[in-house]
Amino acid sequence: MAIEAEATPVEELMLKVVTLKESGYRFVTITGLEIDEDRLEIIYHFALGLELKNLRVRFSRGMTIPSISPVYFSAFWPENEVIDLLGIKFSGLKIDYHGTMYLDSEDVNTVKTPFCRYIYVKKEAE
Amino acid sequence: MASTVIPFGPQHPVLPEPLHFKLKIEEETVVDAIPAVGFVHRGLEGLVSKKDFIQMTQVVERVCGICSAMHGMCYCMGIEELMGIEVPKKASFLRIVWTELHRIHSHLLWFGLYADSFGFESLFMEFWKIREKIMDINEATAGSRIIISVNVIGGVKRDISPEHRQWILSTLDEVEERLKRLEKVIYEDFTIRKRTVGIGILSKEKAYELGASGPMARGSGLDIDARSLGYGCFSELDWEPIVEYGGDCYSRAKVRFREMLQSIGLIRQAFQKMPRDEEICVKFNGRPEGEVISRVEQPRGECLYYIKGNGTKNLERCRIRTPSFANFPPIMSMLIGCRLADVPVIILSMDPCISCTER
Repeated sequence: MAIEAEATPVEELMLKVVTLKESGYRFVTITGLEIDEDRLEIIYHFALGLELKNLRVRFSRGMTIPSISPVYFSAFWPENEVIDLLGIKFSGLKIDYHGTMYLDSEDVNTVKTPFCRYIYVKKEAE
Repeated sequence: MASTVIPFGPQHPVLPEPLHFKLKIEEETVVDAIPAVGFVHRGLEGLVSKKDFIQMTQVVERVCGICSAMHGMCYCMGIEELMGIEVPKKASFLRIVWTELHRIHSHLLWFGLYADSFGFESLFMEFWKIREKIMDINEATAGSRIIISVNVIGGVKRDISPEHRQWILSTLDEVEERLKRLEKVIYEDFTIRKRTVGIGILSKEKAYELGASGPMARGSGLDIDARSLGYGCFSELDWEPIVEYGGDCYSRAKVRFREMLQSIGLIRQAFQKMPRDEEICVKFNGRPEGEVISRVEQPRGECLYYIKGNGTKNLERCRIRTPSFANFPPIMSMLIGCRLADVPVIILSMDPCISCTER
């Protein structure tokens, strides 16, 4: 289906997520995207039965986003994936892999955010 | 009480795939389980910047071997919707035939591994012997046993001849008969019941809250099956999602067993209702632009593709949410409180596919 996503400011995200949970929605997944050099986007997918409901959150690169894992525990899993692939920062994550869910923490040559076109940062040696 | 951390995997006798769990145990009971993945991450989603949207069909088929036809179908359905391509009806039915064959051989593979997880070697061999029949059908109709690559944007690549159709139906009769002989073993055998009934319980509420998918959800009493959306020609077939209510390993096995028999019925129906016309693929022009979400039901659960095109030959994003990925939070909850000896059976009951999880 063509996607209908409700544009949501970062400040209202948690409120909307809590409302969805109270209305009986289940969490499906999140999709991280790079819009341009300065902006990133996350689409949150929820479902009631099989009907999808999407929330679209746009924010500038480097901004910290509240994790929805305190509301939907299962969200910690795709949020960690987004951290690895796009370098988005989350606050309040229930389980945090610190960017090593897929990527190697020991290899200093690992590309830090492999799914970003604009920024390729080499991991600093610890 | 002092707790111990036991590493489970990535190399383990019952695990065919590289999955690692850090199990925190107190005496014999698991109190915490943290999964660790990253051993087979290939970055296939990232290939959209290198391969064009037509070549991506072959890329997504390699996300997972066992459900490759479903991945191809889901991706093609998304692109077709984005570009307004109407697929010939015959192609939709042919897709159902191949994807349901994939469901049967995936569940048969799982039953083999499942039997192996509690040491029932002869049952393992019996299931894999039956699976060979389905692989023969794949090879005869598509030229390859697992990654059959039949889906293309606009339809399917190959047709099934009337002779092949007869042979497939008679082979499926044989498969059904052999499965029914094993039904009693799966449902009533003492050893199997002892190792699976009441083990790895996932309640209906927990399954819903944690976003369980596929047989994990349906084994806990949740009626969630993406085929109910009626994609392809599923709306024209007579079927109902299979639901069991126990929430344990036994119920999940029962769901899968009944689904295999149901898939055989769906293939028969698809052959009956398939139109006789020749067209199986349509040509198209242009490039995809816009966003779309495409969903299909894979053997392990609901698969979701988010595709974003920008009018060039390369897509901007192709996000793949596979069912195994969604089933990780529920498995963490199922492992807590179980005995260490039951861990392999519980993990196997999820049917983990790590190449799907990591992509």
